Amino acid sequence: MLERPKRKNPVLRTRLPTLPPAARSRIALGLTAAAALGRFELQQCRACGSVQYPPREACRKCLSTQLAWRAQPRGGELLSETVLHHSNDLFFRERLPWRLGLVRLDCGPTVVAHLHERVPAAPSRVNVDVKLDRAGQAVMVALPSEENANMAEDRQLREFTCDPRFRKVLVTDGKSLLGQSLVHAFAKAQAELIWVGYAEPWKKFAGFAELKALPQVTLLPLDVTDSKNVREVAGEIGGKVDILVNNAELHRTYGIANRPGIDTARAEMDVNYFGLLRLAQEFGPPMRSRGADGLASAVAWVNVLSIYALANFPAHGTFSASKAAACSLAQCLRAEMRPAGVRVIDVFPGPIDDEWNQLLPPPKLAPATLAAAVVKALQEGVEDLYPGDVAQEWLARWRDNPKALEREMSA
Amino acid sequence: MSPLEQLAKGLAAGKIRVVDLTETLSPEFPHISLPPEMGQAWPFRIEEVSHYDERGPAWYWNNFSCGEHTGTHFDAPVHWISGKDLPNNATDSIPPERFIGPAFVVDCSTQAAADPDFLLTKDFLVRWEKRHGRIAPRSWVLMRTDWSRRSSDAEAYQNYDETGQHTPGPDTDAVKFLVEERDILGFGTESIGTDAGQAYHLRPPYPCHYYMHGAGRYGLQCLTNLDKLPATGAVIVAAPLKIRNGSGSPLRVLALVEEK
Repeated sequence: MLERPKRKNPVLRTRLPTLPPAARSRIALGLTAAAALGRFELQQCRACGSVQYPPREACRKCLSTQLAWRAQPRGGELLSETVLHHSNDLFFRERLPWRLGLVRLDCGPTVVAHLHERVPAAPSRVNVDVKLDRAGQAVMVALPSEENANMAEDRQLREFTCDPRFRKVLVTDGKSLLGQSLVHAFAKAQAELIWVGYAEPWKKFAGFAELKALPQVTLLPLDVTDSKNVREVAGEIGGKVDILVNNAELHRTYGIANRPGIDTARAEMDVNYFGLLRLAQEFGPPMRSRGADGLASAVAWVNVLSIYALANFPAHGTFSASKAAACSLAQCLRAEMRPAGVRVIDVFPGPIDDEWNQLLPPPKLAPATLAAAVVKALQEGVEDLYPGDVAQEWLARWRDNPKALEREMSA
Repeated sequence: MSPLEQLAKGLAAGKIRVVDLTETLSPEFPHISLPPEMGQAWPFRIEEVSHYDERGPAWYWNNFSCGEHTGTHFDAPVHWISGKDLPNNATDSIPPERFIGPAFVVDCSTQAAADPDFLLTKDFLVRWEKRHGRIAPRSWVLMRTDWSRRSSDAEAYQNYDETGQHTPGPDTDAVKFLVEERDILGFGTESIGTDAGQAYHLRPPYPCHYYMHGAGRYGLQCLTNLDKLPATGAVIVAAPLKIRNGSGSPLRVLALVEEK
């Protein structure tokens, strides 16, 4: 049972972040690629059908090299377990004791897995999941076969997830419908504190009073196009933010030919791309310094991008380009945050049901649905989130044939 | 002693005071807002180039960006459609002698304090002239409202509610009176526009822009320190940047005031 962490004594040293072993072969990164999407995939032999683990070049049964990553059933049986009381690895050394076990998967292989505290003693049924660890690499985690409300409260599991519970969250734009839904979702997920930024304070927005009424919410002027303002806000709260959600966005509905000049496109870049860069330069360093700050450490950075970052939607062409730029920068941020164990989560929604998608036909993603998906991604430790049917379909089409998707988008 | 020698000596002796009518350019200073689907003026933004550091070891400097109509700024006739075809209508072509002129400061601060939508009328101006004398041709008329006292609070300065912005300004007849019957150089205010916040609903919309620029006259807005000026007798120095075919420019507005 996870207890509310004690208030931090501000004169004590903050320990430096350490990472679990991160080396993986290129083939083993297939496991990481699936885990990043929250999928449980193992290699399966196209010739004989046998499931492989650990990842390998050739089938352990028939030596075929035709191995493909396929979704697998998660069930298995815990064969044996052990509790580590000693480790020479710096990461585990600081987190002992640590419970591990051997699980025989129903699909064949036997794997070493981290054990949730509620997994009964062997032999017992478990569900195995692949999670990203603090090094951003896939590891096996065995969970009790019966889901229960305390699933996310396990101390070990919290090392693989970014649960907002007891954590302090910054939502960069509270003016948008999505921003307000995010704040309400984080409040429901028991975030300790929620800072909510809002630009151009003279323009009132609906929902302001409701946000202000939430006891954990602090509203503060934040304009991601203003470097000085971002620096000052980071100076004020950067050392306390555990989860940063950058949902500040400028969205206009133009391609190249139907809007003279570059002004709108520049404004989109200024918010969607440079805004992320400004936030990353100012909030990145303090968050990196708090990657191992106890149970409520700095843990995640969420970018609300767009499915149009994958393939340009010409009707919203300059917006798509700005999101593609942000997507690329987010990869840079991910590389820079990883040594601290701070996860960068990219969200690729399809059209959100807001005023700038007014003329797009449904299905459109409700802001509250998207907000709930973001919180769930944090709780489950996903790295790339494609929320909703539209995004999932695009992802599948993009993975299958990016050129075909490009043509389909411009049809 | 020549007039210029007198001016220089007066300044040196403190007999002529220089009053800065300019707000400080900063990212926080409120900027004009249009409906989001329209083109937008850039707010003032500033990025450090170097600060005696690895980006430039012995020097400090910044890049800044902003629209022509940012902070305390000058409106040229070409800014409005009514002035688009006039000769010498842009920041680079306005004759430079127009950048210096006398100021008549009309104090509406009591009225603006009582009503943020206060409109300066012709009748108000005629009554003002009875006390202070006739407004001379080729002069600036500055509408003092003390609105600049709100400038540190962007929300109060912009003063929006669900029906839009509420700031004081002139009504249509006052503008026509100043242009047609008093032949003024231009009109200056302390709020974000030379027109009132609700001037979209006047006839024509934005009458100060429409008639002032249509007659080749100028505008100054986001002025401050108008309360430090006498009703008559000050001289304004207001030269915009020489932007080719510029519609306006941020600028430093100075007033020369004789010490009594």
